[in-house]
Amino acid sequence: MTTITPATEEDVLEAVQWALSEETPVEVLGQGSKRAIGRFVQTEHAIDVSRLSGVTLYEPEELVLSATAGTPLAEIEALLGQHGQCLQFEPMDYGPLLGGEPGRGTIGGVLAANLSGPRRLKSGAARDHILGVRVVSGRGELFKSGGRVVKNVTGYDLSKGMAGSWGTLGIVTEVTFKVLPAPETETTLAIRGLDDEEAARAMAIALGSSGEVSAAAHLPVTVTGKVIGGALSGKASTLLRLEGFAPSVRDRTAKLKALLRPAGDIDEIAEAQSRQLWREIRDCLPFADGTGRCVWRVSMTPMVAHKMVAALRLGAGVDAFYDWQGGLVWLRMEADPEPLALRRLIAHFGGGHATLVRAPAAMRAAIDVFEPQPPALAVLSQQLKHQFDPKGILNPGRMAAGS
Amino acid sequence: MSGLTMPKADSNTLSRRAEIVADLRDIVPGEGVVDATNEMRVFESDGLTAYRQLPLVVVLPQTVAQVSRILKYCHANDIRVVPRGSGTSLSGGALPLEDAVLLVMSRFDRILEIDYANRVAVVQPGVTNLGITRAVEHEGFYYAPDPSSQIACSIGGNVAENSGGVHCLKYGLTANNVLGIEMVLINGEVIRLGGKHLDSEGYDMLGLMTGSEGLLGVVTEVTVRILQKPETARAVLIGFPSSEAAGQCVADIIGAGIIPGGMEMMDRPAIHAAEDFVHAGYPLDVEALLIVELDGPEIEVDHLIAMVEAIAGRNSATTCTVSQSEEERMAFWAGRKAAFPAVGRISPDYYCMDGTIPRKELPKVLAGMRELSEKYGLRVANVFHAGDGNLHPLILYDANLPGELEKAEAFGADILRLCVKVGGVLTGEHGVGVEKRDLMPEMFNETDLNQQIRVKCAFDEKHLLNPGKVFPQLHRCAELGRVHVHRGQMAFPDIPRF
Repeated sequence: MTTITPATEEDVLEAVQWALSEETPVEVLGQGSKRAIGRFVQTEHAIDVSRLSGVTLYEPEELVLSATAGTPLAEIEALLGQHGQCLQFEPMDYGPLLGGEPGRGTIGGVLAANLSGPRRLKSGAARDHILGVRVVSGRGELFKSGGRVVKNVTGYDLSKGMAGSWGTLGIVTEVTFKVLPAPETETTLAIRGLDDEEAARAMAIALGSSGEVSAAAHLPVTVTGKVIGGALSGKASTLLRLEGFAPSVRDRTAKLKALLRPAGDIDEIAEAQSRQLWREIRDCLPFADGTGRCVWRVSMTPMVAHKMVAALRLGAGVDAFYDWQGGLVWLRMEADPEPLALRRLIAHFGGGHATLVRAPAAMRAAIDVFEPQPPALAVLSQQLKHQFDPKGILNPGRMAAGS
Repeated sequence: MSGLTMPKADSNTLSRRAEIVADLRDIVPGEGVVDATNEMRVFESDGLTAYRQLPLVVVLPQTVAQVSRILKYCHANDIRVVPRGSGTSLSGGALPLEDAVLLVMSRFDRILEIDYANRVAVVQPGVTNLGITRAVEHEGFYYAPDPSSQIACSIGGNVAENSGGVHCLKYGLTANNVLGIEMVLINGEVIRLGGKHLDSEGYDMLGLMTGSEGLLGVVTEVTVRILQKPETARAVLIGFPSSEAAGQCVADIIGAGIIPGGMEMMDRPAIHAAEDFVHAGYPLDVEALLIVELDGPEIEVDHLIAMVEAIAGRNSATTCTVSQSEEERMAFWAGRKAAFPAVGRISPDYYCMDGTIPRKELPKVLAGMRELSEKYGLRVANVFHAGDGNLHPLILYDANLPGELEKAEAFGADILRLCVKVGGVLTGEHGVGVEKRDLMPEMFNETDLNQQIRVKCAFDEKHLLNPGKVFPQLHRCAELGRVHVHRGQMAFPDIPRF
């Protein structure tokens, strides 16, 4: 396998035009930190954009940052941190879950995988913060979309179109994100000992209050010991994060505690440990167990997620925990990944989708890693792919067989 | 119509009008099909009233099945379709075409489900923006995006235009507050994107649909996120001796880590027009006025107001008043909210523009606008969503004076060119429509535009949905589909040379 490592946008353009003229498909790579997600891409050549690295514009007071696609996420987060800002969508790090190093990955990969984190339920995902892109399409053409201002409706939002496209529509060469102030402080309330259903109710009460909860997770008793060095082991933990200016956080903490006292015993987790806790939940650390056991990432209606899990347990060995008030379920399968049973249950409980984020390559080739789409939508997706990459040279088959 | 070229009407469609009307009546019986000229008159323009055109026929379906059958019929018979919500577009997005069916979604006006535990509402597209808030406010919730037309504009139209409002720096645009839609494709197929879950699956079709201005499909159901109302809100009214000082104050507020719920700026002409009209108590001896609204828990609001006051003081503010009651807060906003009609009082007509600029370029853009104002001999007043750089210059003119509308439009186009030149964009929230269509090449080159049109091709290969909007030229999909391979031009004997 030959890997082409372009150092400039022009090089990327030339590389894609070469692939097009040779009609040879290529794998599109940054640092390869999420390479094990999706269907296995079998190509003779790869285009690795990790040399396309560097922040090209950062104006904290304008709330914008632009960087070339191969810029390490860690570098961007460090720079933002120096100015008291952050990517508010809290992009997760798949490294530990997939058996890799933590702290790797590029900003281009953040967009291509549409990453997010616990703050998803309040602040959205990468797609909600992307302002502009420069892209080399599978047609070997360089186009731009969006801009560098935070409010813009000029033309179709092709920047969002790149979100979650896993390198199958084009090779993003530069991104512009909206950046926002990092919260001054945070604290977490942990209600102890609730079952999944009670936890769903408690989280709904918290999120329906004026407490401005910025993250809500539930760790059942089998999982709760696997975060912050075992400090929460013993009893299930329902976790609510409060962020912002210190006086506000103190005030909301007190009010929320009073509101939720009838639900159960409440512990308070202070700033430093709270940050660590949500990083570990964000990165699905409880299932970063060094094994290859299958892990599903399920997005569904928050309040019914626990019912889906309970029903799934009737027929399969499964460990689970919940983020986004239940809207995100992480499932680790003890044996068979049970794709059909799982997807049938998600559909039964109001719809959503499941992605098989960790599984051996052979299994990822045999099972739909991403949720199969109904026929009319699948046709539309194929048509969209065709309009960006008519010869199918970019990451062929990564999202679906034959695409 | 000043120099706007619309797609040539299809003579075959025009000659078959009676037959088309009859076929549509088969699909939508009763009063759902309107073909009498006097009854179609109310639909001949949207919020951009300078442009008017009677449609071929108006159809007002009531069910998804009807929408599906109408589109399938039009697709099979090569008939153009212009979708319309409440018709409040300020860019001519719902302007009818002589040979197109006007598909009016206003009878889809039901709220289907309110789910407080999951904090979502499922509504039909004809429900008004404010109608959603009205339906949930008794439980302490609201729908965040608040375009100024919110009393009338429909949520389906909001999806088509990706509508914003004064609170969107903190709470996002429509795209950030819509979780799912059901829509009908031009071939009649009904698809669902997203739902009550947070991430939609596969390609971000929802992201592409939001802000696509009716060119990709017709929305038949919308699932929106509803939010808990902030505990309290207070506003600070700050006057400055220069727009530079006001701009620096905004930068410093954001630099201090504060994202206000709303942050609006007005220039001297806008302040005077508003004060004369509503007597909001605005200072008249300032060059720029800033309204900063902080919302959230009371303790937080108090904390932030103290910070904002200190920052204003450091930026040579000449007046700084904090609202002490809900009445006073509303009074601060009254002037800003009445800015458009206030300008309407001092001029027979005004033309509202909608560029976005990097905020730091504001003084340069205002200076450029003053020069243009002299060049064209027309006055201009400015209101500005200061937090996100979205500028609304109001050009004052008199449509009864020959040539003055054209002059105002040319002035507006020059303002937008200036916005793009300093790193901004043509439209922050009003959409491209017909109004800014021919300016698209100022911002995008041919390759950029062609890739956007290819998205259109993925959804609507025959270009039947809302043609003549957004794109100056809609190239045929077959033409755009060709791949130009530069074979042989770049031999790659030494791949690792990169």
